[in-house]
Amino acid sequence: MTPVLEARDITRDYHVPGSLFKKSRTVHAVKGVSFSVGEGKTLAIVGESGCGKSTLARIVTMIDPATSGDLLIDGRRIDIATEPLTADMRSKVQIVFQNPYGSLNPRRKIGEILTEPLIINAKMRADEREARAMAMLKKVGLEEKHYGRYPHMFSGGQRQRVAIARALMLNPRLLVLDEPVSALDLSVQAQVLNLLADLQSEFQLTYVFISHDLSVVRHIADDVMVMYFGEAVEYGSRDAVFNDPQHSYTRTLFAATPRVDIEAIRARLARKSAAASGASAPAAL
Amino acid sequence: MSLLQIENLVVEFQTASGPFRAVDGVSLKVDPGEVLAIVGESGSGKSVAMLAAMGLLPWTAKVTADRLEFDGRDMLAMSDRDRRRVVGKEIAMIFQEPIASLNPCFTVGFQIEEVLRIHTGLDRRARRIRALELFEQVGIPAAEERLGHYPHQMSGGQCQRVMIACALACNPKLLIADEPTTALDVTIQKQILDLLVELQAEHGMGLIMITHDMGVVAETADRVIVQYKGRKIEEADVLTLFENPKNAYTRALLSALPENAVGGRLPTISELLSDEQIFAGAPR
Repeated sequence: MTPVLEARDITRDYHVPGSLFKKSRTVHAVKGVSFSVGEGKTLAIVGESGCGKSTLARIVTMIDPATSGDLLIDGRRIDIATEPLTADMRSKVQIVFQNPYGSLNPRRKIGEILTEPLIINAKMRADEREARAMAMLKKVGLEEKHYGRYPHMFSGGQRQRVAIARALMLNPRLLVLDEPVSALDLSVQAQVLNLLADLQSEFQLTYVFISHDLSVVRHIADDVMVMYFGEAVEYGSRDAVFNDPQHSYTRTLFAATPRVDIEAIRARLARKSAAASGASAPAAL
Repeated sequence: MSLLQIENLVVEFQTASGPFRAVDGVSLKVDPGEVLAIVGESGSGKSVAMLAAMGLLPWTAKVTADRLEFDGRDMLAMSDRDRRRVVGKEIAMIFQEPIASLNPCFTVGFQIEEVLRIHTGLDRRARRIRALELFEQVGIPAAEERLGHYPHQMSGGQCQRVMIACALACNPKLLIADEPTTALDVTIQKQILDLLVELQAEHGMGLIMITHDMGVVAETADRVIVQYKGRKIEEADVLTLFENPKNAYTRALLSALPENAVGGRLPTISELLSDEQIFAGAPR
């Protein structure tokens, strides 16, 4: 079976133009990354800010062309630098951004936000569009009465639901989720993650899930790719990466993640009281 | 004696649809050398409570409390002038967005020396020496050169270190850290948390850590207060809270952590609990 998304040796360079005082230089944002994701699977991309994971998201979403390398969606080679993108291809891949406050137009009603992708990419009557939007609102756990409201009237979690609904309006095959729950509270994060899991099984969606939160990644991913300065330093199944990380950076990342672990708390408190008694002992003498 | 003692703190904001109670009867105390974590979701009033205690809220906020004492002094009765001498010197605060909380128009060296100029009697040269010392203490490499840099020339982690240096400039007795690592990467977060805990132990400061991250709580706190909709619903030492949480909301919050998930779905709070259930077990 051909994978929904396949990337072969993708690179992306950005040229920073020089000025009177600075020489022009080239930033290698992504350096030769390859991966593939099968239908209904989730690939998580993990890394720090500036490691190229969002650049990769833009390439996969066909917003930004790759400098070199092949991007295959449903087995078809895509190169937006040389050929214009058809509405058909555009509707196959959709993206949800991190900040639900910034990614919805504050002057548009939810209904307009949801139907806009259909106006641009599909030939459909207005009443059909409205029916689709209403159905989608219910799918993502909102209500029909929300159709005529503005983004500022929603909470962060609800807005992220709207953003997900908008991404799903064109029945995409692949959804790129760029830190979709980083801006949300724990309980809301749980709701949105559940929603994503439900939608994935219902529509056989393929996810590229970008995150820096390893506990979320462990929960949702099938495969994990760890990026560091534009390179994929680790790529494998979730269990392989989490149980037996090969690269030192992956291990650093795991060690740095704060964990809720009773034994670890106990050990920390013991260390602290030992340090405190050690410090006060000479004073007592 | 407690460093900070708050009893029955209420903060109200006047809105078009009547008064809104952001903080509803919160009591807490912090001892010297103690790390207190205040946990809650956004809107639970955890930041507002601390801003109110420091007198940093705008005039539209109505702050009342039965008791609001810092180091034996009544913060409510204090004049603005006196309070400004305490705040910034004896109580310091670091905020969530390090880049936004520094002034982009001045060098970081100027900003840290400004703190020293206002709160200490040091002369120009002594201020520069102290600023250098602080930068080295918080682990900023090439401190001398960095003093002349502007915030935009530094990374988020470095800016947060500058904020910590500013906060520590006058050896405060109490440091309030409002989501100090939320905007940072995990590896940087680890460094900043380690730094805060290390400095706290070194100086014997009281530290209030405001956060929504249970992992951060587990790794730093001695004692924990859980807030929900402006009310304190649970207070316990850190081990008890994680081992044996009393309140239903705390339990739900802990089970909503992705690492505690059983099967494919995460339990969510609204599915499980009503406000009555949450407030039923709350201490007053």
